[in-house]
Amino acid sequence: MFGKLTWAAIPLDQPLPMITSAIVAFTIIGVFVWIVWKGHLPYIYREWLTSVDHKRIGVMYTLLALVMLLRGFADAIMMRAQQAVAFHSNGYLPPEHFDQVFSAHGTIMIFFVAMPFVIGLMNLVVPLQLGIRDVAFPTLNSVGFWLTATGALLVNISLGIGEFARTGWLPYPPLSELTYSPGVGVDYYLWALQISGVGTLTAGINLVTTVLKMRAPGMTYLRMPMFCWTTLASNLLIVAAFPVLTATLAMLLLDRYLGFHFFTNEAGGNVMMFMNLIWAWGHPEVYILILPAFGIFSEVVATYSRKPLFGYRSMVIATMAICVLSFMVWLHHFFTMGAGADVNAVFGIASMIIAVPTGVKIFNWLFTMYGGRIQFSTPMLWSLAFMASFVIGGMTGVVLAVPPADFILHNSLFLVAHFHNVIITGVLFGAFAGYTYWFPKAFGFRLHEGLGKAAFWCWVVGFYVAFMPLYVLGFLGMTRRMQHYDVAEWHPWLIVAAVGTVIILAGIVFQAIQLIYSIRHRDELRDTTGDPWDGRTLEWATASPPPVFNFAFTPHVDSVDAFWEMKKQAREGVHPEERPYEAIEMPHNSPTGFVCAFFATVMGFALIWHIWWMVVAGAIGAYATFVVFAWRDHDGYWIPAEEVERIDRPHREQTAQLETVGQPS
Amino acid sequence: MTSVPFSSGEVDPYRHGPRAEPYRGPDAPGHGGGGAAPKRVVVAYGFWIFLLSDIVLFSCLFASYAVLVNATADGPSGHDIFSRGSVAIETACLLASSFTCGTASLAMEARSKLWFYVAMAVTCLLGLGFLFLEANEFIGLVSQDYGPGRSAFLTAFFSLVGCHGLHVSVGILWLLTMMAQVFAKGFRPDIERRVFCFALFWHTLDIIWVAIFSLVYLMGVVS
Repeated sequence: MFGKLTWAAIPLDQPLPMITSAIVAFTIIGVFVWIVWKGHLPYIYREWLTSVDHKRIGVMYTLLALVMLLRGFADAIMMRAQQAVAFHSNGYLPPEHFDQVFSAHGTIMIFFVAMPFVIGLMNLVVPLQLGIRDVAFPTLNSVGFWLTATGALLVNISLGIGEFARTGWLPYPPLSELTYSPGVGVDYYLWALQISGVGTLTAGINLVTTVLKMRAPGMTYLRMPMFCWTTLASNLLIVAAFPVLTATLAMLLLDRYLGFHFFTNEAGGNVMMFMNLIWAWGHPEVYILILPAFGIFSEVVATYSRKPLFGYRSMVIATMAICVLSFMVWLHHFFTMGAGADVNAVFGIASMIIAVPTGVKIFNWLFTMYGGRIQFSTPMLWSLAFMASFVIGGMTGVVLAVPPADFILHNSLFLVAHFHNVIITGVLFGAFAGYTYWFPKAFGFRLHEGLGKAAFWCWVVGFYVAFMPLYVLGFLGMTRRMQHYDVAEWHPWLIVAAVGTVIILAGIVFQAIQLIYSIRHRDELRDTTGDPWDGRTLEWATASPPPVFNFAFTPHVDSVDAFWEMKKQAREGVHPEERPYEAIEMPHNSPTGFVCAFFATVMGFALIWHIWWMVVAGAIGAYATFVVFAWRDHDGYWIPAEEVERIDRPHREQTAQLETVGQPS
Repeated sequence: MTSVPFSSGEVDPYRHGPRAEPYRGPDAPGHGGGGAAPKRVVVAYGFWIFLLSDIVLFSCLFASYAVLVNATADGPSGHDIFSRGSVAIETACLLASSFTCGTASLAMEARSKLWFYVAMAVTCLLGLGFLFLEANEFIGLVSQDYGPGRSAFLTAFFSLVGCHGLHVSVGILWLLTMMAQVFAKGFRPDIERRVFCFALFWHTLDIIWVAIFSLVYLMGVVS
């Protein structure tokens, strides 16, 4: 009846996962009870769960990322604590548990923190920057978000029911094959990622179509904001790379479920094919994450330097060059596999070439700041820390791209330090910069600056204290993923690294306090103008938070930095002619995404535990959901012109007033 | 074929055909500075992007087949198990179904429900015929103990061909759903867009089959 699922699946004998999952379960139930008790349920359902508004979906993606950041960070601090004490001892985490912790940490941080964070910011901002009302496929957008949430949920269910993978964040066979990993851990990993991978693919298709086909009139390619360009590049990579992940994981699933021989040791299976396939996705994946961050830095640096981005066209070329090159370097992840000197040399040189367009970008940001009137706000601080730290991460990356050096450093903590160096200071700092920068746009009030700066300094100092020792440990020969060790000279460095993690924890605490404080004092932090930073691009042309239709009048674009140009013209006394308000058609909210994700969760769980009748039920439910959605008779609803005027008039008068007075500088 | 106005009353600027007026350049909607493209164009464009991603998925399976084709583990090779006759009929079924699928699109444009149903039904039957023959081939192999667990070559073969078969099955489910939708709702603009996407999907499966036919079956029989 319930396949492999029995009461034995619940690890009652292990206090750590039981307590954690109990806390998580009580938090979820508590929040739910509070929502119902306070009577917020209809509002939450109507305005959030069923919303197809790109802004709401963007906010929910970001919220998912922040919550999962807590989970991923809890894993991180557990690992650092274990390695700080596991000198000549077994520490407090047994090996099978430690292996699950590092696997879950990597999986969660990449797929359920970094990905939803950047996709959330792209969702929130790109339609506003393009001057349009929504993405190309609003309901599909909702489906994509909820499927991502399904993946996150499945990973967290593994905490209390069964186990998670012990195979690392990429399940290398033959370890991940049924012979060596007979439990459900790898299945949790595979199904969670297959389901959320479909969600990511739909987000990619949606945003590519939006950027290429739905820009405001006058916005030619070379008038798009830089963040839209990097969004385009990143989502093109999603469309090209995520099917590779889906195919590769499907092959591993076939091996595990139906006795196929893609990657087995027997019957001619080829393990090395897995390495090639997974990194053919995996390397573009890191650029999927970093390119939107580059876009955020471009927006932030230009805004707070009060200058147009230096070398806009070279930035576009560099972005698209990275987009193409990212598919040509995957083999540098396994130089030691033995592809031969010639092949390794080709991929080593290709990897070094990627540093060129990245270097172009760094110089562009530096020259944007040169001669600018720089304002050291929190987003700008994140950007400056990024520029200094990312260069270090980039250079250690070039060291790893030299095959002979890689043979020594491969699989060591030097590698771990390198990729945290680029992902934390690149992707995460970028996401934090974007979070602070666009927060007032999303909610209508700013985040508290002082607390933001406190969080920033803790993060930066904590990052250096936690990860610079790992470079040293790499040179001292320590390999990654060690549950215990007996080399005395490693021990002090690991203690320092653990201290660094505690400093980062302080940063996270400051971020939590900042959010709560800012919500409670939102009236003091209110952004009434819609343009709190004297921005340059169209998202600042509308109110904060923007009305559901974003723009009462579709803006007309004449140059890069369209909003800056509009403000300049207004100061010179050139005002756009007054147009009468018109009715606007907007898509209906739809529970399709939420319901579909419910069935996907049921199906994923049933597949993990081999409950076949439930798989069939879930599949039928998902298909029925789509048919019901396809049977709808009304695509959208009309907001009458009077209503549009009522919503938009205050903001319009506000900006008109500011324009006559002039912006504060 | 006359210009069909869309739900908003405008004329599709991308309409193909001899009488389509040239409407491109930087000021066309969806091109450069002309503002957002009409919905039909956006939907078809997005679906094209999806199809490209689906082709990437198949390319992984083709690549794995190329890697594993000689890893027969003392089991049969393609030369031993492929039957030319059955594959030829399968190919004929699928190519003919693409023709009838195109006919269905024409019937939709001519607003002929009867011809639409006939063409879609024939497409469905040809698709089912294809699936029947493929299932027959698979069952035959498994019953000889040449299932996907026998060798890495058979693993790759079953996965690649089976993935295409799975796509055809989903396509048939979609086809039937679209027939029901046209029956219930008529040729509404949104239904037309879906039928159009279905047709793109079906033709893409044909293209992938041509690759499978050449790279798997023909090369297998020849070598």
